[in-house]
Amino acid sequence: MPITVSSRDSVLTVVLSGEIDHHGAREMMSQLTDAIAERLPAKLVLDMSGVTFMDSSGIAVLLRARRQMEHTGGTLRVTAIPAQARRVLDAAGIGRLISLD
Amino acid sequence: MKAMDQVTITFASRSANEGFARSAAACFAAQLDPTLDEVADIKTAVSEAVTNAIVHAYPDCLGKISMRLRLYDGGVLEIQVKDSGVGIPDVDQARTPLFTTGGEERSGMGFTIMESFMDGLRVRSQPGKGTAVTMRKRIARRSGASK
Ligand SMILES: Nc1ncnc2c1ncn2[C@@H]1O[C@H](COP(=O)(O)OP(=O)(O)O)[C@@H](O)[C@H]1O
Ligand SMILES: [Mg+2]
Repeated sequence: MPITVSSRDSVLTVVLSGEIDHHGAREMMSQLTDAIAERLPAKLVLDMSGVTFMDSSGIAVLLRARRQMEHTGGTLRVTAIPAQARRVLDAAGIGRLISLD
Repeated sequence: MKAMDQVTITFASRSANEGFARSAAACFAAQLDPTLDEVADIKTAVSEAVTNAIVHAYPDCLGKISMRLRLYDGGVLEIQVKDSGVGIPDVDQARTPLFTTGGEERSGMGFTIMESFMDGLRVRSQPGKGTAVTMRKRIARRSGASK
């Protein structure tokens, strides 16, 4: 299971884990999309502490979550970003679009 | 320039092979005694190139992908990922950040990431024939590193 979901008040926290490449991203994206649609949180926190590898497929996952949150007027925060994923996000300039801790 | 070592791996364009290709490249690079950051950069760049061959080169069929790993004097690692797929009509446009012909699952940042994580990137492509992406990275020799 690439995601673990917990929610409290209007905050949805999702822990992502495993390798987020093209192979793993599809399943993660659909689980995440469903989790957001089900709960419609005011705030989504994506905790990346369990991510062992991420490439640009992961960027698509994050951008998709951002778009979904924007539709409902919610906010997105990405936390506990491992070093390798951070380098990928920095190279793509994602910090300008999404708040990264 | 003559390669000091070379390995070529051929595999089917199945997404399950992305992880395999990353690990194979990292194992080959291990003889250069790279840092953890350098290994991560190599794996990320390989993942981008191989994913492109799987997703874009063969959009609705399985095809062959080959990855050639070479080592040159002075600690230079060269990785070439080659497919015989649809090809790229305009390589300059394809390399532009955010450009993608993929859907929501793609970000258009693959080439940008390959460029920033490696020291050199060359893309040769012929529509209808295929694409070859060649990347180079110099791995600095660390003091005390074995030969
Ligand atoms: N091996 C390939 N065969 C055919 N087209 C490719 C290949 N690699 C890249 N492309 C084209 O270049 C575009 C940009 O690639 P990239 O920067 O990796 O972004 P993304 O994969 O997210 O679309 C792709 O959308 C595709 O049109
Ligand atoms: Mg790509």
